[in-house]
Amino acid sequence: MMGKKTLTFLLMDAPFETARTTTALRLIDIAARRGYDINVFAYEGAVYLPLASQAKHANAVHGTDAAEEDHPLPREWVAAVMQEAVRNGGKLDWVNCGLCVDERGANEAIAGVRRGSPADFWKMAGASDNVLVIPTR
Amino acid sequence: MADYILIESRDPFDSTETGNFLDLAEGLSKEGSEVALFLVQNAVMAARHGAKAAALAALAANGVKVLADSFSLQERGISPNRLMAGITVAPLSAVIDYMAAGRKALWH
Amino acid sequence: MKVLNIVETAYRATLEEQDDPVVWILHALKGAGAEHSVVLSGNAVNYAVMAQGVPPLLFGDKVQKHAPRIAEQVAGLVAKGVQVMVVRECLAARGIDEEELMDGLALVKQAALPKVMNGYDQVWHW
Repeated sequence: MMGKKTLTFLLMDAPFETARTTTALRLIDIAARRGYDINVFAYEGAVYLPLASQAKHANAVHGTDAAEEDHPLPREWVAAVMQEAVRNGGKLDWVNCGLCVDERGANEAIAGVRRGSPADFWKMAGASDNVLVIPTR
Repeated sequence: MADYILIESRDPFDSTETGNFLDLAEGLSKEGSEVALFLVQNAVMAARHGAKAAALAALAANGVKVLADSFSLQERGISPNRLMAGITVAPLSAVIDYMAAGRKALWH
Repeated sequence: MKVLNIVETAYRATLEEQDDPVVWILHALKGAGAEHSVVLSGNAVNYAVMAQGVPPLLFGDKVQKHAPRIAEQVAGLVAKGVQVMVVRECLAARGIDEEELMDGLALVKQAALPKVMNGYDQVWHW
């Protein structure tokens, strides 16, 4: 049986802009399924990932209404991996960089997200078994 | 000697810096580290047999374990049977395995 | 924990942020107690060039006064005791002469990076 690990990820990308978002959340999901303790420091545009006001919409090109389209929302993915971590005996501590939140007006995040600073990232990194920085371009 | 997991998300057709990242992988291997290079997202474009990606082909022959994300391959319609020699299909969980094992992890 | 930060991306959102966000966070992490070093590679080697700078931005009658001062940001890391290395081959590829660079930097060959990396607990690529 795999031992419990603590992993920290630093993300920088805003949602809907790059494949890095999906890959990052896939990695975090894998760690959540293993019951790891996971830290995420969301820097720059990544503070939009758990934005509570992300909303589904209809799609005229597809001919679907909002319900039928069921557009992916990263905030749902984030909430789901948080729950997955807990379900498996772990946890996901998601910290939004406060200054990045302020300049983007990204104040309303889903439940379970807290505001922090680079000092939190350093503390999380120091207390982890490993760290992965996924930079933006 | 520390071991490494290098995650390459970019392809050489888009970014010339991928060459430096492959050189880094080879250099670390020559220094005595176990190195795995995990291709994800568009990086798997270079993994097709016949792709103009000589540096990647050489790396696979030079002691670096080169893996290609099964999801990214499927997304791009690249069959596991069409990969260049020395590249192995792997799930993304391999990255978490390596991280959990303590390998230094770099994303490019 | 000793961390080596390899910075490659350059001039991304620097005008909107009034900083390079990666160089900025490295300052902030140093302030939080980080023991870390920096390698400038790829286009980020241009961050070592002293002569870089832009005038304030103007949109309509909105003047954005505080242009980013990237060279000062990098020099500031050096002043705080952060070792800043610059990859020689990346400078050469971009036609940047050593005379253009700020003081206090260490020039390293690309081939030396593995040995450098092995001296750190973590290596973060930006």
